[in-house]
Amino acid sequence: MPDCTLTRAQFHMLQTESRDLLAAQKLKVLVCAGTGCVANGSMKVYDYLKSACEARGLNVCVALREEGGEGSVHLKKSGCHGFCEIGPLVSIEPLDILYTHVHVEDCDEIIDKTILGGEVIERLLYHKDGEVYQKRDDIPFYKLQHRIVLKNSGKSDAEEILEYIALGGYAAFEKALFEMTGEEVCKTISDSGLRGRGGGGFPAGRKWESVRRNVSDVKYIVCNGDEGDPGAFMDQGVMEGNPHSVIEGMLIAGVATGATEGYIYVRAEYPLAVKRLRIAIAKAEELGLLGDNIMGSGFNFHMHINRGAGAFVCGEGSALTSSIEGKRGMPRVKPPRTVDHGLWGKPTVLNNVETYANVPQIVLNGADWYRSIGTEKSPGTKTFALTGNVVNTGLVEVPMGTTLRQVIFDIGGGIKDGKKFKAVQIGGPSGGCLTEEHLDLPMDFDSLKKVGAIIGSGGLVVMDEDTCMVEVARFFMNFTQNESCGKCVPCREGTKRMLEILERIIHNEGSLEDLDTLQSLAETITEASLCGLGQTACKPVLSTLKYFRNEYLAHVVDKHCPHCNGRKRHLEINPTLCRGCGKCKRNCPMEAISGELRQPHTIDVTKCIHCGACWGACPFGAIDAIEEEG
Amino acid sequence: MDAAKEAMLRRAEEIIDSYGCKRENIIAIMQDVQAEYKYLSQEVLEKIAEKLNIGVAKVYSVATFYENFSLEAKGKYIVKVCNGTACHVRKSQPIYDGLREYLGLQGKQKTSADQLFTLETVACLGACSLAPAMTINDEVHAKMTPDAAINLLEEIRRKEAAQNA
Amino acid sequence: MAKGVMIIDGQRVNFDGEKNVLAVIRKAGIEMPTFCYHSDLSTYGACRMCIVEDERGKIDASCSLEPRDGMVIKTNSARLLKHRRTILELMLASHDCNCTTCEKSGNCRLQELAHQFGIRAVRFQDTREKLEPDLSSPAVVRNPNKCILCGDCVRICEELQGVNIIDFVNRGSQARVAPAFGRMLSETKCVSCGQCAAVCPTGAITVKNEIGEAWRAIHDPNLRTVVQIAPAVRVAIGEAFGIPAGENVLDRLVTALKLMGVDEVYDTNFGADITTITEASEFLDRLKAGGPFPMFTSCCPAWVKYLENENPKYLKNISTCKSPMEHFAAVLRDKYAEKDAADGKRTYLIAIMPCTAKKMEAARDEFKTDGRPDVDLVLTTHEVIDMIRENGIQLQDVELESPDLPFGMASGSAAIYGVTGGVAEAVLRHCVPDKSKNALREIAALGIRGDEARKETVVHIGDTELKIAVVHGLINARKLLKEMDEGKTFFHLVEVMTCQGGCVGGAGQPYGLKDIKKTRGEGLHQIDNTSMFKRAERNPVVTQILGEMDEEKAHKLLHVSYVKE
Repeated sequence: MPDCTLTRAQFHMLQTESRDLLAAQKLKVLVCAGTGCVANGSMKVYDYLKSACEARGLNVCVALREEGGEGSVHLKKSGCHGFCEIGPLVSIEPLDILYTHVHVEDCDEIIDKTILGGEVIERLLYHKDGEVYQKRDDIPFYKLQHRIVLKNSGKSDAEEILEYIALGGYAAFEKALFEMTGEEVCKTISDSGLRGRGGGGFPAGRKWESVRRNVSDVKYIVCNGDEGDPGAFMDQGVMEGNPHSVIEGMLIAGVATGATEGYIYVRAEYPLAVKRLRIAIAKAEELGLLGDNIMGSGFNFHMHINRGAGAFVCGEGSALTSSIEGKRGMPRVKPPRTVDHGLWGKPTVLNNVETYANVPQIVLNGADWYRSIGTEKSPGTKTFALTGNVVNTGLVEVPMGTTLRQVIFDIGGGIKDGKKFKAVQIGGPSGGCLTEEHLDLPMDFDSLKKVGAIIGSGGLVVMDEDTCMVEVARFFMNFTQNESCGKCVPCREGTKRMLEILERIIHNEGSLEDLDTLQSLAETITEASLCGLGQTACKPVLSTLKYFRNEYLAHVVDKHCPHCNGRKRHLEINPTLCRGCGKCKRNCPMEAISGELRQPHTIDVTKCIHCGACWGACPFGAIDAIEEEG
Repeated sequence: MDAAKEAMLRRAEEIIDSYGCKRENIIAIMQDVQAEYKYLSQEVLEKIAEKLNIGVAKVYSVATFYENFSLEAKGKYIVKVCNGTACHVRKSQPIYDGLREYLGLQGKQKTSADQLFTLETVACLGACSLAPAMTINDEVHAKMTPDAAINLLEEIRRKEAAQNA
Repeated sequence: MAKGVMIIDGQRVNFDGEKNVLAVIRKAGIEMPTFCYHSDLSTYGACRMCIVEDERGKIDASCSLEPRDGMVIKTNSARLLKHRRTILELMLASHDCNCTTCEKSGNCRLQELAHQFGIRAVRFQDTREKLEPDLSSPAVVRNPNKCILCGDCVRICEELQGVNIIDFVNRGSQARVAPAFGRMLSETKCVSCGQCAAVCPTGAITVKNEIGEAWRAIHDPNLRTVVQIAPAVRVAIGEAFGIPAGENVLDRLVTALKLMGVDEVYDTNFGADITTITEASEFLDRLKAGGPFPMFTSCCPAWVKYLENENPKYLKNISTCKSPMEHFAAVLRDKYAEKDAADGKRTYLIAIMPCTAKKMEAARDEFKTDGRPDVDLVLTTHEVIDMIRENGIQLQDVELESPDLPFGMASGSAAIYGVTGGVAEAVLRHCVPDKSKNALREIAALGIRGDEARKETVVHIGDTELKIAVVHGLINARKLLKEMDEGKTFFHLVEVMTCQGGCVGGAGQPYGLKDIKKTRGEGLHQIDNTSMFKRAERNPVVTQILGEMDEEKAHKLLHVSYVKE
């Protein structure tokens, strides 16, 4: 491959140029192009805005370098704003206006009033509790967040590398490349205390240092973008909204460890992320930030994208590398560890998207700056995907150690429809549920571990008072059982049996022994399984058994769950309507109905199985289902 | 072998060649073939084995491991109902059940009798804030209900019928 | 390799080069249970039976732990025992537990461990879909309902044989081991080597059992039951009766067969002497004619099948010699034709082989005369063990009896056919003009003996420098072919044996690891060392028979072509 032609001096010129260009932009309209808004029709909004502006003779510029001159408007597709609930979102910079629920019908008004007239359309602004929020950053959802990884999300064009550079992008890479040794970079990352955001929380710096010390002809930097947890979309937001931050983080890891090949493994369900990353890589290659002899430094780095093919287990490190190698994504036994024997048997750094996205900021601002955020043992921020029965669903980035209450109630706006909070599932199918008593627990790696939960990748699924926690456990067990690779016995056979038992319980056919069997199986699966998937598969069951045992008992002992089966009912014969014809009695399979001919009949509720045969048989509509209290 | 299958096989060969017949690209090759033909035929898998110089059992093994690969021909429109946590909590199951009934699918059947629709579930589309969500040929439809979903399919059926008429 | 001391269950154990903690535990005298661990294959770590607990209570599989100096582990804590019991219970719950009628009963690791752990009840029902057993292969029977997915068969098929006929299909609880597209084995490129059955810990893949046929023949008064015994059988069959591997029990086996009612018992080694002479003269002819080279040996039917399936362009390189079994059969049929007519009996020929592929070979059209196979039935060592047991014969206690004459006599070079390098050595002994003891020693020292995957040597015959290679394990043959394709290598003669170690490691033999196969091979060399004569051409019966044969008959009885028109 020919050398990259970009010199260091040219890079500096590029930085100045792009900064100036960005500053020169008078008006910038950013239409959110995250998966959520696109699904809500934001691209139709974008197209309409474009043609409507042009129809008005406005010069529509798409790229940063385009010189629009007077009467020009910069129209861009931004990454995910994170506040998906109120999309499609359109923001107008530098006015810091955020319009919500924007549809094609609103576009003409936006152009005429805001773009041309500088006037704010109040109806499109975010409203809450009677208050109207003029500026995006005042909205509680954003105000209470601390955004590092999502800093540029929603504010810049994800497909424009110059904007990334204008906002300080690739400066950290340049610094690492020219002003630091690999050892120093590793030390900075170690000192910053950055821990893997993919779930385990393993110190990233230690991983890098191990790979750096390993002697090998080839080393690899692998990015895990196989975000498979149902209810998690943080990495998707980063890959779509700020793809260059991931690439830059990987480049820095390359400098730190001496690796020259990078692989990003993206889940197949994220086509937009794949597209944005492909564009980002192509642009970085075009500029000379990827390739051979980057900026004349002698450092080479090449980036590849692998698309997943639908296997949650590929989020596990060795399964992921197997999959990149074109094999079944089955985890292998460790040791050897990935840092010694990873992709194609070579030393490999494997971190997830969010971890890499933190790296440039750490290198730029220093380890101390990073340590000043978050908690002592878990510095920095964490992005969470807030979903479920919560008012504001979306992407949330907060300092480590923020409490659940702050996230769910202050940022998330509390529970939907004024219902009561019951629990939150944290960390997806590998995590546990937390309850009311944990609301003030600081969310960091160690505090959560103590209560049997994990941060995991950062999915927060909020559940209200109407949720059956046994059903939640069954749902996650069904997921894990489906996603088990089938290699080791405890996970393959154990999760299948767990699911069978949970289904039995849900159908009110379980027994008390089943609860013991669940507990006992869970212990074996947790302790004896080969990989993380099996080792954590039973967390939802174990935590619901611990905190919501009464709900299991409702299914097992009462044979009636108020959430699944509705409120308890019994059948009753209305004596004023009953003519005593005896049809109900003849149709009852349980001989639960008694009564003399032409006299009102009665139902023995202890014998009744609620089959409804009497109800169907009664010609007079005399049989009622009575809801019980409580 | 009919002409369509032969064309598929030729195209598959081009795709394999474009990846330099390298074993590590097997998943990408299968993804590309499936992107065009919506499924992987036995002949295609055998061709992959031959050109990548690996056992056909290995190719079949990889193809059956990953959820996204289909070894059966699919309908013109692939409908995926999201069954991720958020969608599940916001009642995606009735949508799936409603569509199954609408399409008259029985047992393991996934494709409607008229070969127009294939109904699947998907683990999580990452569109949780739009739950319950479903996709039709990868286009996301947000906040679905059983009726809304059936209406979408009916609309497609009408369009198809109009085109064929 | 690491050295040091570990504490296992409170006991100090030295280790020195053991590749994992499991090996150290076994060295300490603790028989750690495993299903998926097989020292000749890659570590899979899936059955989780060999779990151990460290000082901090962390549980890991010992098969994948590296021994470290000062390591402290427990193998038998309450948790570990509970987990093992649960794992066994989970396996049994998804297993066809019809044990008594299972081919593998008494020899099944799942049965053995379930018994050892006292599993008396299974809490879960078998909810799997019942699948049809695959009876299509001439060599093995596959019953997926008994598969525990340990993957041993998948790995041996891929890692040692390089054919990859079966693999995992689907995933999770839907996972199965099967050929592609749900095919039957007979519809695949399976070479019938049977190694999958050899490593299978349960009854999921078993060697095709044809004992019933054997008894029918033996008990049929109209049949003359004649048995030939392959070289590798005699050094392995004793293992089932407490006799050490490698000890030659041919004479005991002859007695046992006679006790069972077999009429005549001969030695396949006799056939091997015919093969040596025929193959050596073909080789010398090829040298004169200038090729085609390399000449591949033809005694291994799985190897022949492999070339037919995967690389037919090399079929012309295969020696046109029949295998010793078929040489024996052809000659015997020829000699017994008149005798059969005179006695009004038909000769029913049973071959006792260490090999499952021989069942496939015997059924090939090339080895049929007037539509009837020359070898009526192939029994594996294992089947014969079962027959001996069924008759209550204590092999270790019976009298000794030599094989019958004339077809019971053979040279030492025939015995080594059963071990890797043996065929090449036998042929060389015949080709080399120097017939001194010294020449024998030189050939033995060429480096074609031993258990390395590929052995290469150079021999001078007159002015010609001959390059010879010996490979065992089909994967190694595959690698050699690839190098030949790429023009990287050239040989005049290549001996190929499909199974590791040669026929001593055949799938019809009692289950054994590399070391046992090696000991059996040494046993065959011992037979050679103590034999009366070491060269095939010194076998008077063979030379007489070959001498009497005209060219046409020789062609018909001794040669075969696998090349398709």
